Amino acid sequence: MSTQSLRWWSWIHKWSSLVCTAFMLLLCLTGLPLIYHHEIGHLLGTDVEAPALAPEVAANPPKANLDDVIASAQALYPNKIMMYMSQEMDEPAIWNVTLGDHPNDEHYKPIAVDARTGKVITEPAFEGGAFMSTMLRLHVDMFAGLPGMLFLGCMGILLIVAIISGVVLYAPFMRKLEFGTVRHQRSTRLKWLDLHNLLGIVTLTWALVVGATGVINTLSDVLLKVWQSTEIAAMLEPYKDAKPLAQMASVDAAMKAAVAAEPGMQVGFIAFPGTPFASPHHYGVFMHGDQAFSSRLYKPVLIDAGNGSITDRRELPWYLTALLVSQPLHFGDYGGGWMKFLWAVLDVATIVVLGSGLYLWFKRGRRVKAEAKLERQVRAAQPALARSGEQA
Amino acid sequence: MSSPFVKLWGMPIVLGILTIVGLLSALFGDGIWDALSAVTLGAPVLVGAWYSLRRQPHRP
Repeated sequence: MSTQSLRWWSWIHKWSSLVCTAFMLLLCLTGLPLIYHHEIGHLLGTDVEAPALAPEVAANPPKANLDDVIASAQALYPNKIMMYMSQEMDEPAIWNVTLGDHPNDEHYKPIAVDARTGKVITEPAFEGGAFMSTMLRLHVDMFAGLPGMLFLGCMGILLIVAIISGVVLYAPFMRKLEFGTVRHQRSTRLKWLDLHNLLGIVTLTWALVVGATGVINTLSDVLLKVWQSTEIAAMLEPYKDAKPLAQMASVDAAMKAAVAAEPGMQVGFIAFPGTPFASPHHYGVFMHGDQAFSSRLYKPVLIDAGNGSITDRRELPWYLTALLVSQPLHFGDYGGGWMKFLWAVLDVATIVVLGSGLYLWFKRGRRVKAEAKLERQVRAAQPALARSGEQA
Repeated sequence: MSSPFVKLWGMPIVLGILTIVGLLSALFGDGIWDALSAVTLGAPVLVGAWYSLRRQPHRP
């Protein structure tokens, strides 16, 4: 590598890292508890468990009518409307219902309803309680909504630039060294430079994947808007002159129609009229598979909320499929306990890479300044010496 | 087989491939695939931990 291109890559690495480091440290620190949100919820007592049924019932658990599930949740908040109801793959005994003042209510009420008896289990803490909610909001948008998300997306792009330029710089630094060399005996700066290079190169692929999928996730709201204004709008075309809904068709019947239309798939969630996943005239029943990979992909079935008939069903567009596939790769929630642990260790290693990078920049800055000062002193001293020479 | 390229990039490339295998295998299956993912994703973590924590013997 020529001196000129080395200088150029160093400049890119320095500035792309410096700009994003503070935010990346924030994301790494807040991401750590988010990896373990299930376990933390269990410790804090904010997670929801379905009550045990009598043994004779538990052997062959009943399935409550969805209209009854909705009715028991709405009985708690008669003035609020349904937004979503969803079920997790590994917890078929619970329907997670959300109610709001309007279909886009950010301060929605979450309610857990027993999917077997249709009785309310509890009102879970909002976003897992104050601590987890703060971590989540800091991680997703720093309490700044869509601009905050997109800003963090830009920081993620800078992280990717920093990683790639770091890999380019790895070569000239490591050419004369064995892989994994850490020079403990020389200086603190050299030791941290070696650790920065070592941990940077071993976490490289993981950090690139988590960084890139994180950037994709920051676009989720924008992608949903695109989907709404194109595909959903097309599906709604026949309804453009329809009157507002006077009466709502049975959700239970809608769900059964969707299940019959997509054999082999399960209901992931149901979006109610007016929410971003449905339309003002439809229930959006989102079906997914039951295998490790197919459970990540959703197929929307739109059901006329007036008469309960299926209006349209489509594959998700490629950009929403990309978003859904990128989510597990960012969260690390798809491979069990070991994967969570490795995710946490790689997260901590990334914090060390960020911290050591900051330290190296600080040290180098001070060294460059000290050298410049010395040079100035030498230069200032020279004329005086020269003068004294003349006098002699 | 110890050209300068292999000496410099051999280990990073191997760890990169193992990481990709680890990230993808758990995505496409459960059980044995999760185990494969834990082993392959664990490799870069172990390599990083080993080299950063070991103390090299004093060289004269």
